[in-house]
Amino acid sequence: MTKVFRLKDLDCANCAAKMEHCLNKIDAINHVSVNFLTQKMVIEADENEFETVMQEVVKVCKKIEPDCKIIM
Amino acid sequence: MKKKLIRIIVAFGLFIIIFTVDKIVNLGNVFDGVDGLWLPLGLYLVVYLLVGYDVIWKAIRNLFRGQLLDENFLMVIATFGAFGLAIYRGLIGQNIDGFDEACAVLLFYQIGEWLQKYATGKSRNSIAHLIDLRPDYANLLVNNEITKVDPYEVALGALIIVNPGEKIPLDGVIVKGNSDLDTKSLTGESLPRSVKVNDEVLSGCVNLTTQITVRVTKVFYDSTASKILDLVENAASKKSKTENFITKFARYYTPIVITAAAILAILTGLIINDWGISLYRALNFLVVSCPCALVISVPLSFFVALGVASKNGILVKGSNYLEQLNRANIFVFDKTGTLTKGNFAITAIEPKVNQKEILALAAIAEQNSNHPIARAIVAAYQHKIPNGYSLTNVAGSGVIATKDDETIYCGNAHLLENHHIKFVPYPSVGTVVYVAHNQSYVGCLVIKDEIKTETREVLDYLNKIPAKTVMLTGDNEAVATDVATSLKLTIYRANLLPQDKLSAVEELFETKKINDTLCFVGDGTNDAPVLMRSDVGISMGGIGSDAAIEAADIILMHDDLRGLIDAKCLARRTMQIVKQNIVFSIMVKIGILVLSAVGLANMWLAIFGDVGVTLLTILNAFRVKKKLIFKSTKKRAI
Repeated sequence: MTKVFRLKDLDCANCAAKMEHCLNKIDAINHVSVNFLTQKMVIEADENEFETVMQEVVKVCKKIEPDCKIIM
Repeated sequence: MKKKLIRIIVAFGLFIIIFTVDKIVNLGNVFDGVDGLWLPLGLYLVVYLLVGYDVIWKAIRNLFRGQLLDENFLMVIATFGAFGLAIYRGLIGQNIDGFDEACAVLLFYQIGEWLQKYATGKSRNSIAHLIDLRPDYANLLVNNEITKVDPYEVALGALIIVNPGEKIPLDGVIVKGNSDLDTKSLTGESLPRSVKVNDEVLSGCVNLTTQITVRVTKVFYDSTASKILDLVENAASKKSKTENFITKFARYYTPIVITAAAILAILTGLIINDWGISLYRALNFLVVSCPCALVISVPLSFFVALGVASKNGILVKGSNYLEQLNRANIFVFDKTGTLTKGNFAITAIEPKVNQKEILALAAIAEQNSNHPIARAIVAAYQHKIPNGYSLTNVAGSGVIATKDDETIYCGNAHLLENHHIKFVPYPSVGTVVYVAHNQSYVGCLVIKDEIKTETREVLDYLNKIPAKTVMLTGDNEAVATDVATSLKLTIYRANLLPQDKLSAVEELFETKKINDTLCFVGDGTNDAPVLMRSDVGISMGGIGSDAAIEAADIILMHDDLRGLIDAKCLARRTMQIVKQNIVFSIMVKIGILVLSAVGLANMWLAIFGDVGVTLLTILNAFRVKKKLIFKSTKKRAI
């Protein structure tokens, strides 16, 4: 399943790239794309695991860019 | 944004004042001796904290989160280091200076950040504006009463009213009213399209002249506008190789520069035995250690390109396709509907002296048939067709029309041979329809699928690149040869069944070189597998055809092949600018690093270089939008 999330206050392009890199390391995620310009994150993961995946996603994002919020 | 701008401006003003005063009276000498350093330090520190407290706060926060390579942190280290060095120099009795530099680094860093944010925000808005198809409401008509509702709530078959100036919210069919539609946001075409009752209208078009009533045929999520929006919004998630290269580069760049800074500090310290200078040079490294210029300018260029493309009726599903289209050098075309109009037309009537009579007789015979050839004949005969004839269809041969003692034979050679009518076979690649009247041969009509007017222009362009051009067709050899030679195609494959097209493309894949990129252009009917198999699948006349939109990578919304030239030009221009940005910013960074290493660059140069290069690459990215001249669009306008 693929879901698109809007990102609020994603301020730096390099952080977006870092986020994408770290998120792609999460096993349960098939593919992540973080786009700085559109301020969007596209996550592709198994539907059943999506909720647990999202918790981890939030954690990773918070670590890299604490100001950035994922709008669910 | 605004608060920060005010803060930056205030800090900048203060900085200028302190800086000028410092240069005139030298603040370090106001008080005698070692204590003199506290005055300039204090003043500059005020500016420093004013402009950069948020950076310092972020740096500290990131430090505790283990994000040491964060740019805020690096900037703070560099500037703290510079302050530290200046204090150290003051304390050991050297010239008191360097505070201005430390302060300026953070100030210009913030200015740069702000401008960068402003520019990207602007571009984001302008692109979003370009593809503003989303309808806000629908005027639902129930029992002669109009209510404004969310387009999402409108059911299939409901009636909606679209007033002049309003966007059509959902796909549907006109039941009342004739009007002109502005399809610009959908197709890039600037000429309005006139529509009448029973015409299909697409969401995203703007109604221009008169009120129309539309019966909804597609719910919101299936409507053209939402489909296109979806597609454009998701386009950015497919990243090009260049973008991936840049993010990878950025990941290694910062650690390498920082390691280099550490090594440099120690090495030069050991060699010239002045730890102050060696540390200063290393701090310079930190200032240029953020790869932001690259990380932002490359995706921005692609982003702008995707926006420009969709504005011009070209939907690109990802920047990777733009990259591949730029490299594409094998263009495979489907013949019917792509290179040719897909409808038949009379190209010759022989002998010429009898043209009118031949056409009139043929039209009588073919008036009731639904065959494309028959329709072409009837369409060409613009007068009223006399009736009263009884028409007999001879399967696979033609039609015989009789009225009283008059007989008209209209069909292929078999028909005339079977009725023992003498005629001269006409040599032609098209379909030849022979006409005989009362047992004597009158003449023949040659009917061919017409080549689109713009096809030649497109193929000339491709041949100039030069690219290999291939045509796939289900038509017979003769027709294929004719089209291929007249269009100067490199190769063609004839007699292909729809399923053979895929294997023909597979064959091309087998013979192509590694660096060749294959692009397939089709009209979206029957060629979904080929569109998907190709490196770049382009479908044209995409509006309304779901299969084409789904299978293709690039969709030309216009039913105009010249969109291909536009797309190719745009792809080339984008890639050029991307390359310029990459080369330019890497060169500047390396240049500053080298100059800093040998002691020729101070922090001023480092920060200007870093911020400057970011801004220049951003501006350069916008050239994708500005300088691109859509060749064919221009011609169309004339």
